[in-house]
Amino acid sequence: MFRQASWNEPVIFNLGSRGRRGFSLPSPEEVSRRAEEVLDQLPKAIKRTKPPNLPELSEAEVVRHFTRLSQMNYGVDLGFYPLGSCTMKYNPKIDDLLAGGAGITEIHPDQDESTVQGVLEILHTLSLWLAEITGTAEVCLQPSAGAHGELLGALIMRACHKHNGNSEKRTELIVPDSAHGTNPASGTMAGFKIVVVPSNQNGCVDLKALKTAVSERTAGLMLTNPNTLGIFEEEIAEIAETVHEAGGLLYYDGANLNAILGKIRPGDMGFDIVHVNIHKTFGTPHGGGGPGAGPIGVCKELAKFLPVPQIAFDKKRKHYFWDYNKPESIGKIRSFYGNIAVLLRAYGYILSMGGEGLEEAAEISVLNANYLVKKLKEIRGFELPYAERRPRKHECVFSGKPMFKETGVRAADVAKRILDYGMHSPTTYFPLIVEEALMIEPTESVEKEELDRFVEVLKKISSEAYTNPDLLKNAPYNTAVARLDEVKASHPKTMALSWRMHQKRNVIKDAAP
Amino acid sequence: MPKAHVHPYIPNAIPKTKNEMMKEIGIKNIDELYADVPKEFKLRRKLKLPKPMSEHDVRNHVETLLRKNKSSRDTPSFLGAGCWSHYVPAAVDNIVQRTEFLTSYTPYQPEISQGMLQAMFEYQSLICELTAMDVANSSMYDWASALGEAARMAVRINNRTEVVVPKIIHPDRNATLQTYVEPLKLKIKSVDYNPEIGQLSLENLKHQVSEKTAAVYVENPSYLGFIETQVEEIAEITHDRGALFIVGVDPTSLGVLKLPGEYGADIVVGEGQPLGNHLNYGGPLLGLFVCRGEMELIRQMPGRVIGMTTTLKGGKTGFCMALQTREQHIRRERATSNICTNEALCALASAAYLALLGPQGLRELGEAMMTKTQYAMQQLAKIKGVKAPLFKALHFKEFTVNFDKTGKKVQAMNQTLLKKYGIHGGKNVSKEFPELGQTALYCVTETHSLDDVDKLVRALQSILEKKR
Repeated sequence: MFRQASWNEPVIFNLGSRGRRGFSLPSPEEVSRRAEEVLDQLPKAIKRTKPPNLPELSEAEVVRHFTRLSQMNYGVDLGFYPLGSCTMKYNPKIDDLLAGGAGITEIHPDQDESTVQGVLEILHTLSLWLAEITGTAEVCLQPSAGAHGELLGALIMRACHKHNGNSEKRTELIVPDSAHGTNPASGTMAGFKIVVVPSNQNGCVDLKALKTAVSERTAGLMLTNPNTLGIFEEEIAEIAETVHEAGGLLYYDGANLNAILGKIRPGDMGFDIVHVNIHKTFGTPHGGGGPGAGPIGVCKELAKFLPVPQIAFDKKRKHYFWDYNKPESIGKIRSFYGNIAVLLRAYGYILSMGGEGLEEAAEISVLNANYLVKKLKEIRGFELPYAERRPRKHECVFSGKPMFKETGVRAADVAKRILDYGMHSPTTYFPLIVEEALMIEPTESVEKEELDRFVEVLKKISSEAYTNPDLLKNAPYNTAVARLDEVKASHPKTMALSWRMHQKRNVIKDAAP
Repeated sequence: MPKAHVHPYIPNAIPKTKNEMMKEIGIKNIDELYADVPKEFKLRRKLKLPKPMSEHDVRNHVETLLRKNKSSRDTPSFLGAGCWSHYVPAAVDNIVQRTEFLTSYTPYQPEISQGMLQAMFEYQSLICELTAMDVANSSMYDWASALGEAARMAVRINNRTEVVVPKIIHPDRNATLQTYVEPLKLKIKSVDYNPEIGQLSLENLKHQVSEKTAAVYVENPSYLGFIETQVEEIAEITHDRGALFIVGVDPTSLGVLKLPGEYGADIVVGEGQPLGNHLNYGGPLLGLFVCRGEMELIRQMPGRVIGMTTTLKGGKTGFCMALQTREQHIRRERATSNICTNEALCALASAAYLALLGPQGLRELGEAMMTKTQYAMQQLAKIKGVKAPLFKALHFKEFTVNFDKTGKKVQAMNQTLLKKYGIHGGKNVSKEFPELGQTALYCVTETHSLDDVDKLVRALQSILEKKR
């Protein structure tokens, strides 16, 4: 039986004791002797008067605190993590090891190019590989995450229309109703008005509705393919033609790229701009929220708008360098060149996999998802909405609507109960076009035995729902804490968003720590 | 017959399992699962990528490439300018390598993710203490994008049309800000500085700030390293016109400098990389984003925020994501930002770093850097023709060195420093600020010994003397 550690670990401000410290700085005598004198030169207006309110702990206390916290956290290294749309595949250890060497951790972005030829070669090669994988002409490695890539892509659309004298006219960005929330949010940030097109009964873009939606105001369409239901948009040729004929550009949200590696490339389908979620498709760890990396690839015509600098190679001098000579570039979207430590891991990953390994990853991720479709369809309370007979790609979305109707047990309750069996739950309530959605993405990293265990767990949960629904409504029981009051955390009267705020307001009264 | 390659990361690829599963689904070939992919688009060839490599070969290959890099361990470096070389305690590296943290996703299921959630709450809380502000988010991509988001947040709050920034600002930060606000058609105005002392020209500031100003932004320490001392006056001018005051910080300065919350900041942004994160060739970085506790500000914050709560039945404290209705996955096109994946692991490193240093450590860090910086400036100024610093002001850990009177160009000098003495000189800022002539931006942190500084001085001396 799974039982997560539950340490009742105090908030760090309640640990330690006055005068303790966890780290000593190199402090030559000369420096400490002169320090007071130097600080005295600071005018009152800018001098710190009292020490910061930081906890005072020994090194051992700090390490224990965070190690205990880590034991109350679930990661891919602990087990099945079928969080749909997030592609939680295994993160190879060799890639972490490679990213930990001083040849990468201790190099500065402003170093002379002659002293960083190794990393530049890696980045240059990686950008060529990503162009080959996505079927695009040129790749920019700078975006820090998928959403950052989306923002950049939307800005490039804007720059392109502006270049053609159409920026005032082309103000609308089309997204399907099944799109990731980042798509409309990125479009808005880039200054577009969002136009939503509905899905048809197969869960795909309704071509008729799209044809009505496009006009001379259309800047472009953002699309995930396979879409968030895990279904391939088979009318992609017509979709691309419709958008292009209207003068719009086609943006590929790469969140689901894992399904089609080596099978079909976004560029070949007609997409003009493609982002890649490195932390999904290329096996880099997600770090509890980040860092990721979200490179984008673009077609030839759009390459001139990419941010500066672009990685380049001077064949004559056999020298890698940063090319700032891009007069039509949209500028910068962040400091320096991108999340290099993440990109380096992806380079290692692609080397390990090879082209054939990537294709096999796609195939097996799809095989695993369809295996689950077959098995889960048989379980009482769940149904597979949209195009039941069509194969899924890397993920499938089940609906717990029958279970909810018959027992009052919601998808959220099922998700919480899955945690009790030592597995992470699927994504819930997304995409929005499925009621009581459970979005399941097994990835290629999971063995059949674990898939079978997951099926058994859902069978058990189903029978619990029909015999003892309260058991599910109060789950989980085996995690570090029982079900949390998420409303309390966001209510203006009870919110405590920092220790300082908590102490000022003292509204979380049950506080054990 | 060659043995089929069984990939270590794909357990179900072995023929036995694969066949069993295909049979279960009722297919004979994996291709049947791709039957709905239009034929005309299918890739009819293999990807032009290398063959799979063994772990041993991958390691050899990548390490051989990385050995071509010269790290700051091989080459003493005086580069800073937005990414700074600080010592990262071994305990910090150990904590961020715990794979329970490292291999987890965004904590959408809080009950099984309490570790990361509490750590992020602690990070937010420590950053609030460090800045004397109420609410921090759990990270942005970097300082530059945090600044862009801060300007957009200001506009959401007061619906005004201009942002005022100092002329002395990192060019990447300035360019990123422009990119982020361009779709809003926001106008960016730059404020002059006093050429003698570097400080912001209050006169020019008053002239530039109006009822159109959404926000005034200043940095402390400034991009060129000097400390801006007129912060209270700047805050007053800003607030008098009803604008928001955004302050950009290098958090390592906050053990010795006054806190932005104490001099009227409404939003604080900054670069958290120096708090326990490696250089990594400039990424990942860690964007700090902090604001005052008024609801009108909190509601407009971008990014993920972790809050404290209790279990539904009470009795136990826990942590979960708060105010998700601001975020893209709920609010979609009306979200305050599109950010989703952030820099959580870097934030974890910073929380561990701050906990290790404590109040005394943070103060000593600031003291050590200011003192060594002053020493370096004094020693460099002794070299004939060298002016260090360019501005008559107090400096924190970076300072300008001007070479106009030596007749040498910074670029050529840096090349000689590197090739002949194995030293990376300061960043050449001559092109960024032509009015400053041949000037480099040097950085000295706690990792530099006084001996490192002396070596630099001797090297520069001999380069410049040789010329004469």
